[in-house]
Amino acid sequence: MTALRARGLTVVLDGTPVVREVTWATASGRWLSLIGPNGAGKSTLLRAVAGLVPYAGTIAADGAEIRTLRSRQRARLMAYVPQEPVLPPDMTVRQYVLLGRTPHLGYLSAPGHHDRARADAAMDRLDIARFAARRLGRLSGGERQRVVLARALAADPKVVLLDEPTSMLDIGHQQQVLELVDELRRDAGLTVLSTLHDLTAAGQYADELVLLSEGRVMASGPPSAVLTADLISAVYAAQVTVVPGPDGRPVVATVRTRPALPARGAVHELRMNPAQRGFGC
Amino acid sequence: MRKLTALGIAAAFLAAAMLVGAFVGAADLNPLATAAALLDKIPFVRLPSSLGPLDKAVLFQIRLPRVVLAALVGGLLALAGAGYQGVFRNPLVDSGMLGASAGAGLGATIVIVYFGGAGPSAVPVAAFVGSLAGVGVAYVTGAAASRHTTLSDGVATLLLAGIAVGSFLTAAQTFVLQRSASDIGTVYSWLLGSLSAATWQQVISILPYAALSSAIILLHGRHLDVLAVGDEEARSLGLHPGAVRGTVVAASALAAASAVAVSGLIGFVGIVVPHVARRLAGPSYTSVLPLSLIGGAGFLVLADTVARTVLSPAELPIGVVTAIVGAPAFVWVLRATQGART
Repeated sequence: MTALRARGLTVVLDGTPVVREVTWATASGRWLSLIGPNGAGKSTLLRAVAGLVPYAGTIAADGAEIRTLRSRQRARLMAYVPQEPVLPPDMTVRQYVLLGRTPHLGYLSAPGHHDRARADAAMDRLDIARFAARRLGRLSGGERQRVVLARALAADPKVVLLDEPTSMLDIGHQQQVLELVDELRRDAGLTVLSTLHDLTAAGQYADELVLLSEGRVMASGPPSAVLTADLISAVYAAQVTVVPGPDGRPVVATVRTRPALPARGAVHELRMNPAQRGFGC
Repeated sequence: MRKLTALGIAAAFLAAAMLVGAFVGAADLNPLATAAALLDKIPFVRLPSSLGPLDKAVLFQIRLPRVVLAALVGGLLALAGAGYQGVFRNPLVDSGMLGASAGAGLGATIVIVYFGGAGPSAVPVAAFVGSLAGVGVAYVTGAAASRHTTLSDGVATLLLAGIAVGSFLTAAQTFVLQRSASDIGTVYSWLLGSLSAATWQQVISILPYAALSSAIILLHGRHLDVLAVGDEEARSLGLHPGAVRGTVVAASALAAASAVAVSGLIGFVGIVVPHVARRLAGPSYTSVLPLSLIGGAGFLVLADTVARTVLSPAELPIGVVTAIVGAPAFVWVLRATQGART
């Protein structure tokens, strides 16, 4: 179980500050999600925690500054899943999941029985052992995401960093993946740090949200405190309504700024005049 | 287990190729007697052979050093090619790229044209130094350029720098060559590759470099598999992609330079052999690397046997033989690569 916090975190890319003086903290076994418009610095912040971009300020896991960790130590502690993971098409699922054991291997050592057992356990856990011999190029979107999560889990990490884990999935698979991450978090005591585009999903699954805009924290706290119509309108320039869901957590829905045209007339117009579709939509 | 089966097939192929290479040639030797004479050399094995003293001299002083040298050169070229392919994540990269072949060509040409009297041993040394220098310049240029580029990572920049440096060195080599028309024949016969001057001395001289570079490359199979997921994810797994890349490129350059020094420029081995290895045992470099080493050795022994027999008593340059096999195979690899991406 590992608590995670950042203080005064600043990341500068190509001379431009992308993350500015950001501070947050989460207790071990919790799920913290970063939300915010495109270009707010969510992914960059996640990459800084993963040790992939240099940063100023502090990021600490259980009080230890991660900058001082050796790269293999850091990789054993935290597994990072990028938004678009590279899946070599000819590699088999089993070979790929076994790559997750890399942080546990000495420079010249090969994976042993224990490593294979951990990879197998991760595949069992994510219910992908059935197609362990299949090539990555032949997987569906939902299968790919589970395979990538299995690779992360095979490392036996304490923290998982997920960059938009549901962006390539349909609504059913989105829900499956988020439920799965939530289960893994409970079973294995993982601390989860994610970015999520979908505000309702973020509100339903995360314990805490950090709302970023232009690299700065606009709000942070439990979903009900962050997901308010006023804050979202201000940060996203969007018209939304926020209503409590069945479990009391907020549900965010967009609202049309102009009333819809009468439905039958609109359809008729589109059929009659395809050249004007751009105006109709 | 697929990997062990494939390694067994490759080892049997190499043994068969070496035996064929030993008894086929201008002076035909009896296959069984040749096999017996070879096995007799193994400690504690005593087999009577019907080969006469002259045949034995042909076998052990002419045929065998050439077969062993071909095996070494083929294994090194294929292994270096596979190593580069792992580093650059591209199955069409060859050991001759990154300025290695062009550097070797320039080195050899300078020695032949300006230091003709330096003796036959000077050309391999010049080719060896030229090959390593070519890769060194390409690597430094590529590393410097990648700091100012918008290409996704350093890999593509390095490859393009290699092509640019190679073109420059080839231009310099052409310039040196056209200054001395009388040496064109010598230079071209070197450029097209040949093992006709093979001696045990040459085998011994490249053996330490071959052993060192092969060991380093073979030990990095797992790291090359990790690099397949890209630099960023490799780093998140605790690996240092730059360090792995530098180490494997240096070892592959050393392997290719030792091969080029004694054989001249032999193309396509480094592309065709690793591709067949991938087809046999899958894409993991933990199997592609050892299979390339063994398979490349067998392939070049056979290619050299063809080179010295089809026009006998004249010899075909071995680079011509590997190109005739390799160029169509290159297209085959290209098609297979396209297929995997769509």
